[in-house]
Amino acid sequence: MPPEPLVRVDGLMKRFGTGAPVFADVYFRIAEGEFVCLIGHSGCGKTTILNVLAGLDEASDGTVLFAGRELDGPSLDRAVIFQGHALLPWLDVEANVAFAVRSRWPRWSNEQVRAHVAEQLGVVGLGQAAKKKPSALSGGMRQRVGIARALAIRPRMLLMDEPFSALDALTRGTLQDEVARLCAETRQTVFMITHDVDEALLLADRIFLMTNGPDARIAEIVVNTIPGPRRRHDVHHHPAYPALRNHLLDFLIERSRGFGVGAADYDPKNPPEIRLEAAA
Amino acid sequence: MKPSLGLRAGAVSLLIFVVFIAAWYLATGAGPGAATVDPAYAKLVGAAAAGGGKSAMPGPDVVAATLAKHLADPFFDRGPNDKGIGIQLLFSIGRVFLGFGLAMLVAIPLGFVIGLSPLMQRALDPFIQVLKPISPLAWMPLALYTIKDSAASSIFVIFVCSLWPMLINTAFGVASVRREWLNVARTLECRPLRMAFRVVLPAAAPTIVTGMRISIGIAWLVIVAAEMLVGGTGIGYFVWNEWNNLSIANVVVAIVMIGLIGMALDQGLAFAQRKVSWVE
Ligand SMILES: Nc1ncnc2c1ncn2[C@@H]1O[C@H](COP(=O)(O)OP(=O)(O)O)[C@@H](O)[C@H]1O
Ligand SMILES: [Mg+2]
Repeated sequence: MPPEPLVRVDGLMKRFGTGAPVFADVYFRIAEGEFVCLIGHSGCGKTTILNVLAGLDEASDGTVLFAGRELDGPSLDRAVIFQGHALLPWLDVEANVAFAVRSRWPRWSNEQVRAHVAEQLGVVGLGQAAKKKPSALSGGMRQRVGIARALAIRPRMLLMDEPFSALDALTRGTLQDEVARLCAETRQTVFMITHDVDEALLLADRIFLMTNGPDARIAEIVVNTIPGPRRRHDVHHHPAYPALRNHLLDFLIERSRGFGVGAADYDPKNPPEIRLEAAA
Repeated sequence: MKPSLGLRAGAVSLLIFVVFIAAWYLATGAGPGAATVDPAYAKLVGAAAAGGGKSAMPGPDVVAATLAKHLADPFFDRGPNDKGIGIQLLFSIGRVFLGFGLAMLVAIPLGFVIGLSPLMQRALDPFIQVLKPISPLAWMPLALYTIKDSAASSIFVIFVCSLWPMLINTAFGVASVRREWLNVARTLECRPLRMAFRVVLPAAAPTIVTGMRISIGIAWLVIVAAEMLVGGTGIGYFVWNEWNNLSIANVVVAIVMIGLIGMALDQGLAFAQRKVSWVE
C-alpha cells in the first residue's frame, strides 16, 4: 500500500452565486516531498483551488484532508507565496520576514528572530537588502523576500500562485533555479500554479492539467519523466523534453476545451496519468 | 545658474508681503500726505483711529506695535475681561485638544468596526449621512442645556465637528486595506488584535491621519465661533470682546495669531502624515 498522501482532495467543487460551478469533481493527491504544478487557462479556478488548500477560501462541496485531517482555515503548516508578492510596504525586508517568524515562534527572543531572519535572507541572497523597504526593491527581489518569508516558517507545504509571472525572463529563470534548488534540498512539498510550460517541466514532478472553466475538471495528470535534479540550462536537452512540452502545449492550445472529460472512460476520481518517454 | 525654485518662490512671497503691507499702510491713511482728522471724530471712532489715521482701521505700524505689546507679556491675568492673548490661545488650544482627543477615542475604534463590518457600515450609514452635515454650532444650545457648562459645551461642539472626518476616513482606510495583506496575516495565524495593530492600523494609518488633519482644521475653525457664542475665555471670546471695545488692532492681532496657530496644528499633523505614510 502506498503511504498516506500529505494532501487528499476529494470531489472539490466551487460555485460563486448560482449558475455553473467554476470547477467540479476535482480529485487529486499530493505526496510528501512532491512538487506539483497546476496548469490551466485563466479563469478555470486555479487560484480558487489554491486558496481552498491555503484555508483562505471554502469550497462549495468536497473535502480536503491535510496530513489526514480535514482543513480548518489557514495554518502555519501551509505557507503561501502570493501572485503579487504581498509584502507589507511599511515594513522593511527584515521586518517582513520577522513578522512571519514571530508568528511561527512567538516565544523566540529578539536575538533568535534576528538570527533566523538573517539566515533566511542569506539563503535567497538578500542579506544586503535587509533594511530596504519593498518599494525600493526590484520585482525579482520582492518575490525573493516573499519566498524567504514563506520558507522561514518551515511549512510542511508551500503554495505558490504564479509566483514568477510578473517578472522579466532573466529574473524568472534565476528564481526558478533557486526555487528548484531550495525545494529539492529540503524535500519541500509544493503546489504551484503556472501557465508556463517550461517552468512546469523544470520544477514539477507531476503536472495537473485543468480544462477551461466554467465547470472545469482536472483532465489529466502528466508525470514528468525527466529525472531530477533538473537544471534550467540542460533540462531541455533531455530526450523526453520535446514530447512532454508538445503534449502540454497541445493541451493548452487545443484539448483544454473539455478534452476527454466527456469521454465514456473518463473518471474524475482517476484522471488519466500520462507518462511520456523519449520519442523513439 | 538660476537660483532654486524654493529661493525664487520665497522671494516672490516676500515681495507680495511687502506690497500688501505697503498697500495697507497707504490705504489706512498713515502714509505721507494723509489728511489730519478732526479730533472730535477721532474720539468718536475710538482709540485705534486716534493715532492720526483717516479710518478706524489701524495701519500695519499700529498692529505691529500692538502685537509687540502682546508678545512682551502674553500670559498676564487681570480678571475675567483682561487676560493676555497667550492665555486666551491656550484656553482655545486646550479645548480643541480635549474635544479632538475625545473624538479620536470614539472615531478610530468605531471607524475600525465600520471598516471591518459591511453590516455595521450599512447600518450606521444613514445616521452618519444625517449627522455629518449639521453645523456643529447647532448643537450648542442642546449642549448648554444638558451639560450646563459653557466650557464643556464648547468642548462637546469640538468633539462633534472633529468626529466625522476621522470616522469616515478611518472606516474608508480600514475597508480598503489590501485583501492580500489580510490573507498574509491569516496564513500566519495572526490573532485578531495582532492583525488589527500590526496590519490594519499601519495600512490604514495614512488615511486615518489625513482624517485627523481635516478634523483639527475644522476644530480650529469652529472653536473661534463657539467661544464667541458662549463667551468667558478663549481666543474667540477675545476677538468678540475686542470688537466690542472697538479695538480693531487687537482683533487683527488675534486674527494673525489664529492663522499662525492653525498653521502649526496643521503642520504638526502633516508631519505625522509623513511619518506613517508608505509607498507600495
Ligand atoms: N469572489 C468571487 N466572486 C465571484 N466570482 C469569482 C470570485 N473569485 C473568482 N471568481 C471567478 O471564478 C473564476 C475562477 O477564478 P480564479 O480561481 O481566480 O481563476 P484562475 O486563477 O484560474 O485564473 C473566474 O471566472 C472568476 O471570475
Ligand atoms: Mg489566478
